[in-house]
Amino acid sequence: MIAFLDLFCIAAISAGTFFFFAGTAGLLRFPDSLTRLHALTKADNLGLGLIALGLIPRADSALSALKLIVIWVLVLLSGASTAQLIGRALRRGRK
Amino acid sequence: MSLLTYLDIGLALLIVGVAVSIVAAQDLFASVVSYVAYGLLLAFVWIRLYAPDVALTEAAVGGGVTGVLLITAGKRLTALKSVAPEAQPGLAFKLLIGVLATLVAGALGAVIMSLPEPPPSLAPKAAAAAAGAGAGLGNPITAVLISYRSFDTMLEKIVLILAVLGVWSVGSDKAWGHTPAPFRRSKPYAPMVFLAQMLAPIGVLIGIHIFWVGADAPGGAFQGGALLAAMWMVTMMARLVEPPRVDARWLRLALIAGPAVFFMAGLAGELVAGAFFAYPPGFAKPIILIIEAFMLVSITAALPMLVAGPPSERSEQ
Repeated sequence: MIAFLDLFCIAAISAGTFFFFAGTAGLLRFPDSLTRLHALTKADNLGLGLIALGLIPRADSALSALKLIVIWVLVLLSGASTAQLIGRALRRGRK
Repeated sequence: MSLLTYLDIGLALLIVGVAVSIVAAQDLFASVVSYVAYGLLLAFVWIRLYAPDVALTEAAVGGGVTGVLLITAGKRLTALKSVAPEAQPGLAFKLLIGVLATLVAGALGAVIMSLPEPPPSLAPKAAAAAAGAGAGLGNPITAVLISYRSFDTMLEKIVLILAVLGVWSVGSDKAWGHTPAPFRRSKPYAPMVFLAQMLAPIGVLIGIHIFWVGADAPGGAFQGGALLAAMWMVTMMARLVEPPRVDARWLRLALIAGPAVFFMAGLAGELVAGAFFAYPPGFAKPIILIIEAFMLVSITAALPMLVAGPPSERSEQ
């Protein structure tokens, strides 16, 4: 059971790290701000979510596991909202 | 060397790189963004130095509040530039600035390199004192802040109020007593309103939580206050609330509440426990918590007022 949990942690955190790498590559390589924004937000949301998921079995208590989820949800909220705001500012700038 | 050592070295190099980019950036906004990144990286350094309290403060103040402050200041500077053409400093003046800055940096470096081994430290004394009067608090940092060096902590908050007064006094005579200009002139975007409505209640809860656990765990009035201040600013940016009039009585009371209560506790210590800022044994913890609670109010009021800027005549429209 412990080995299975460890395996789950490694898999989830590795997958999360992969998404962060992919997002960073997109941020550096994509041609314009909107596509870079797309790369960044997807990677942040999914990457951080997977890392938080992978850390939950390693949390000391149910409370700290809950805190990890809350952190992820807060980042989702602020990431999604600021992406909308930046996107809108970009569109206004283009007109 | 272990992996962590390499990470530390990488972090240190990254910070130097970001610091260079702050100074070298041509654009004011790019410079400010680098500065925010610099603040967040410094928070990581404090974590690596096992100082989570300082890391929290650095992330909230160095990365967050100062970032907003600088972005707002940058926006106002840009607005000024379009009115009056900017006078470029001459080459001699630039050289003088460079030489002076190098001298200061060199002197600081020389002082650090010539420190005796081991460096003189007040830490053992502070730890001993915190175990005395601040006993009952699980977090030695809070005990040192409010008990060992209480006078310094109080004066720091007074400096914050003086800064707010300084910002207010930049306003014109006619605008005195009015509200500062709103954070946005136009109608805020719907995502901004949504973010403020969703984030503010959670943020307030987390801010109060960080203040409350400050007695026993990393946290405290400044970290919690910075978060509450951020939530107030977010709601003002979404135009859910407007900045208050600078002559509002509740605002003035909130600003001075922390230092005033702190000072009164100090005076009471003189009468009851026999020394200025001495707390009677057994009552130290409740007294410290009350002081911290009022400090929280003052910090929450002062930081957004710094960002909101001086009172403006146009704001009444």
